[in-house]
Amino acid sequence: MNAQSNFIVRAARWFDPRGRSLSTWGFMINRLTALGLTFYLFLHLITLGQLAQGPDAYDNFLKLTESPLYKIGELAVVAAVFLHGLNGVRIVITSFGIAVPRQREIFISAMVLGLIAIIIFGLRMFTA
Amino acid sequence: MAEKWNITLKIYRQKQGEKAHYQEIKMDVNPDENVIDLVERAWAFHDRTLTFAHACHHSTCGACGMRVNDREKLTCITSVRSVVSNGGTLKVEPLRNFPVVSDLVVDMGELYRRMDLVGHQPVNSDRAEAIQPEFRPAGPAEPGEDFIRLSDCIECGLCMSACPVFSSTPDYLGPAVLAGAHQAGPEKNPSLLNLVDSATGVWRCHSVFECTAVCPSNVDPGWRIMELRRKVVGDRIKTLFNPRKTAQVSK
Repeated sequence: MNAQSNFIVRAARWFDPRGRSLSTWGFMINRLTALGLTFYLFLHLITLGQLAQGPDAYDNFLKLTESPLYKIGELAVVAAVFLHGLNGVRIVITSFGIAVPRQREIFISAMVLGLIAIIIFGLRMFTA
Repeated sequence: MAEKWNITLKIYRQKQGEKAHYQEIKMDVNPDENVIDLVERAWAFHDRTLTFAHACHHSTCGACGMRVNDREKLTCITSVRSVVSNGGTLKVEPLRNFPVVSDLVVDMGELYRRMDLVGHQPVNSDRAEAIQPEFRPAGPAEPGEDFIRLSDCIECGLCMSACPVFSSTPDYLGPAVLAGAHQAGPEKNPSLLNLVDSATGVWRCHSVFECTAVCPSNVDPGWRIMELRRKVVGDRIKTLFNPRKTAQVSK
């Protein structure tokens, strides 16, 4: 138990940005979006499970998806996909020893691209 | 006349078996002094029970690594001006991820043991012709002769302290050790590739690159870890097509 609680304390330091450089934000974003996307996957499977309870149950559930709160949730999933995916590309590239001295610039570019994509998706989702 | 600043030096204090606390000392300082000068003055004029490590005062021994305002620094080359403003607080703490022995001193024995494991040499020899002419020191060495020089890595442990993965996974070899393996040369000692090609080796690195950001000696551990990965993958591909190579590597 003590070892486990020590691990939790030590792992909590992953999310402490004090005295860290920009690339730690990349590390934190990847961990948080990965946890979010994993949670979403379970949620997605549960909602698909509504199909097994017949068309009425599924249609009733789909009505929920029209609420603004649900749309915000969907946008959060889109944001997580873009940020995790683009940051992931940076990590794959550098893991092959390519452009390692430029990883910071690649991270900034990836995040700017991601934010542009999120804004475009957000505008389409909330104005369509 | 030298510029004078008034700052508060906030020092982490912890003796074995005691609870950690901070000691605050108001000081008049010259902003161009280095942080280690302030720590020495705190010991000399305020509290002789303060424990800290230092030796060379010119970034060669790697003994005075500490966290200064949360950031890993070699305090002998970190000017006061670069980390605090006039009237501000300068916080010094021991390195993370190592057990605290006393106050600002940590036990880095595990790091040194692992550096030995990968065959890191504190002194290297370079062939005269391997050094670019503009960086070749003046001396009698001719092509074919060796220059002896200190290794870039001074084993200060700053990268191990800054690495969040080493923080949660103490079995991870860590950036200094992997960089040491890269510097030792897997070409000369192929068994090093087997050692680093493991869950606690190069594959545990999560590309945070804090190691490179804090390294005071331009070792660039992040780049070296990625280079090691490239060599490991290259070696694996080679062994697919050349079984004899497998036998050589696994020796």
